[in-house]
Amino acid sequence: MKIVRYVSIRPDAAWLNGVPVPVESKGLALLTDLYRLHVKDYPKFFKMDLLSKLGVVATELLVEDEPGRFDPREDRAVLLFSRTGPLCNDRNYQHTIAEGEYFPSPALFVYTLANIVTGEIAIRNKYAGDTTAYELSSFSPEHFVAAVRAAFDDRITTSAICGWAEAPDPDHFEAFMMLVQQDAPDGLPFCEETLRQINPNLR
Amino acid sequence: MSKPRVIALSGNIVSPLGLTARENFLAVVEGRSGVAPHRETFGIPEPFAASLFDRKAVFSEAASQGVSGYNLFETILILSIRDAVQRAGIDPASSRVAFVISSIKGNVEALSEEEERVPVSVSADRVAAFFGQPNPPLVVSNACISGLTALIHARRMLLCGQCDQVVVAGAEVQSRFIVSGFQSLKALSPEPCKPFDAARKGLNLGEAAATMILSRTDAVAAGQWELVDGATRNDANHISGPSRTGEGSYNALRYVLPACTVEELAFVNVHGTSTPYNDEMESIALNRAGLSQVPVNALKGVFGHTMGAAGILESLVSMQAVDAGVVPGTMGFEELGVSCPVNVSRENRPTDKRAFIKLLSGFGGCNAAMLFRKGGAR
Repeated sequence: MKIVRYVSIRPDAAWLNGVPVPVESKGLALLTDLYRLHVKDYPKFFKMDLLSKLGVVATELLVEDEPGRFDPREDRAVLLFSRTGPLCNDRNYQHTIAEGEYFPSPALFVYTLANIVTGEIAIRNKYAGDTTAYELSSFSPEHFVAAVRAAFDDRITTSAICGWAEAPDPDHFEAFMMLVQQDAPDGLPFCEETLRQINPNLR
Repeated sequence: MSKPRVIALSGNIVSPLGLTARENFLAVVEGRSGVAPHRETFGIPEPFAASLFDRKAVFSEAASQGVSGYNLFETILILSIRDAVQRAGIDPASSRVAFVISSIKGNVEALSEEEERVPVSVSADRVAAFFGQPNPPLVVSNACISGLTALIHARRMLLCGQCDQVVVAGAEVQSRFIVSGFQSLKALSPEPCKPFDAARKGLNLGEAAATMILSRTDAVAAGQWELVDGATRNDANHISGPSRTGEGSYNALRYVLPACTVEELAFVNVHGTSTPYNDEMESIALNRAGLSQVPVNALKGVFGHTMGAAGILESLVSMQAVDAGVVPGTMGFEELGVSCPVNVSRENRPTDKRAFIKLLSGFGGCNAAMLFRKGGAR
């Protein structure tokens, strides 16, 4: 298994394969900038919660140059890990059900499910394979690698968009995601050591 | 060397209908339901029907077992895991054991007062620590299919040799947060649900915890339940509505079907939420997979939709049903109301078969199927 491409997005910067991605804004506006520069024409983006925006933009950077990228496929999994999952949007929905101001919003409620981000990535990119949202209380490269390896036991899965997507509030978010392929000629070995090398926060 | 296989060593269900897998199975075959009408519960203005715990009774049962200081979500998980672990005779504190926990919203009702206690991963850590488990528990939060995805993932961990046994436990506690959300989506029925029925109006929510202990083995003995194969598939279509062609559900079925014959299936235990869209979609997926003649049943009329627990709970009931030679009836069903033929019945029916498929679908476009088979002569 090889890491073919990897991406990091934080409120102050974004990197693809360790190289800074040109973007001017900070915070939530950084995600919107990346959307305008890379995703371009997918207005559903503006309806999404923070976690889904982060996951969709990060995936775009990973696969935008891939040949046949919008061909429907069942062999690509989406396996995202988080600590707090949809907590940011949980708060947004909670405001709609306060005592005395009870107007529950179905549009917000849907995004309180942790796996909507994996679903949004699947819809945008026509991935009909395994999509799973996992949660771990801290990002352990060891347990992440083990879980992804187990998920590749699926007979159809040959590649995966996988990684860490954490978005507790609009000022604090981080995606560390990668495209992992089973039989890739080039790339970095998919293992703990590589993850620590390419993500300084994990050292 | 023979290929490793995965079996279930034991199981538990904690629901408003009982504290063991057996008590809950008896409720199914005897036609008892936990679903009751609710007015003003959680301060929600619109009435709804749901299967909810008597909070006081759960905490007092837990206290009598020496379990206190945990919220309701963690408490029912601990009670369920403890019973299953004891029955399996495994050491939950072993480093060769892994914990996989499934839930959609965990302890979300703490959002206003104690936000740091809301993430499911935080509760999972507390529950694993209760059992002295040294490995970090892996949480699966895949909407309504969470429990089945957890079983699928746990099976793969065992096949990869990452551990020797897995404690797979799912739980859901209802709250103002969840009930209001499903009401806002117009997904709830104010009356007891009616899966696959022409007059179905929506689902009932339910509370439960369920645990299955899985183990790796080289050979499946007579009477042991094997988790033969399973997969999760996405519709890649819509985040809150199922595919019109049942795409992901069909693809998940297509993945597991080569490992069995249609003739050996006692039944397909479907999602059967009783929403117009879900049951219609499942009828299409079953039809496309060539399963229209196989008996189908849904358990939502008994337990409500127990969300993160459903995949494990409904699999455990199905295993006991096959053990007892019965295809459980579908409570609430009277007259078929889906466009493709489905072999569903209100009454319990006899069976002498030894395999079944568990099928689920959920928001985020995800679907899962798993094939279970009992070892021994067919």
